[in-house]
Amino acid sequence: MVSNVTSYSGNGLRDWLAQRLSAVVMVAYVVLLAVYFAMHPVAEQTSWQQLFGHVWMKIITVIVLLNLVVHAWIGIWTIFTDYIKPMWLRVCLELAVILVLAGYLVWGIDILWSV
Amino acid sequence: MTEETQKIHFKIYRYNPETDKAPVMKDYYLEVPKATDMMLLSALIQLKAQDETIAFRRSCREGVCGSDGMNINGRNGLACITTLSSLKQPIVIRPLPGFPVVRDLVVDMEQFYRQYEKIKPYLQNDEPAPAKERLQSPKDRKKLDGLYECILCACCSSSCPSFWWNPDKFIGPAGLLQAYRFIVDSRDNQTTERLKDLEDPFSVFRCRGIMNCVDVCPKGLNPTKAIGKIRSQLLKEGT
Repeated sequence: MVSNVTSYSGNGLRDWLAQRLSAVVMVAYVVLLAVYFAMHPVAEQTSWQQLFGHVWMKIITVIVLLNLVVHAWIGIWTIFTDYIKPMWLRVCLELAVILVLAGYLVWGIDILWSV
Repeated sequence: MTEETQKIHFKIYRYNPETDKAPVMKDYYLEVPKATDMMLLSALIQLKAQDETIAFRRSCREGVCGSDGMNINGRNGLACITTLSSLKQPIVIRPLPGFPVVRDLVVDMEQFYRQYEKIKPYLQNDEPAPAKERLQSPKDRKKLDGLYECILCACCSSSCPSFWWNPDKFIGPAGLLQAYRFIVDSRDNQTTERLKDLEDPFSVFRCRGIMNCVDVCPKGLNPTKAIGKIRSQLLKEGT
């Protein structure tokens, strides 16, 4: 057993499952939006506001954003542990990615609740 | 009557880390009968008669011992069961990729064997042994087909990028094929412990399923399928 503290859950099975489930959530969201846009063509800002003004849309979008962050972290962590061998550099890059992802999440929530 | 011959061109990786600054590809030529079904290993043995400094491993010369795994025209395989006629010239021969070179085509297999050792490649059963032997039904025995035949030549693990990047953490296709061979064996009752040892982010889950291992296995085995089955078992036990 190889232990690792920087992976998403510290457990390969949980990481693997989380990456797949988050992918399913994201695909479902894209399909949902595609169906919505097919039925209600969005032409101007007011229709965007109407869509994202619903509280359920905000909740769903935040859930998708969380899934996106988890999915991205697991993927990028895997790439870093494959290719970045000096530990100090890897930890610095991991920290940078965590900050960027956290920033995107907060920014996304801020945008949603400003609608 | 003289037999018609042809000249075969080889490019062989030569490197002695103790004396050479860098590896070089050296040209060799061999006259062989035109209609030949000679194996690459036989050609290498003849080349060694020309230049006795060429180093390579060999033993059974019939695809059973797994000693002569090497990279042949960019693809891992066993020299003893690869016919010369199946290869394009010049025949480029390199050591197994990703493994430290000891000399020429001889690589250091220590990390590979260490990963194999990790999966505890022996039957474990803490129940008292029966008087004669632990019996297995033909149906259960059949589950070992496609798993037990591995000869540990390392062609698969050496063609796996996940193994190149993390040879100390990722067990690799050869080790995982054997791991599943013992997980699925009805006579072994340490399945839960075996699975527990594999559930970290590296041992099994570093496999990205690119199937290079399946592509090169000289015995026609399918480590990717075994890895998928280990994952399914982990999922079944863990959820």
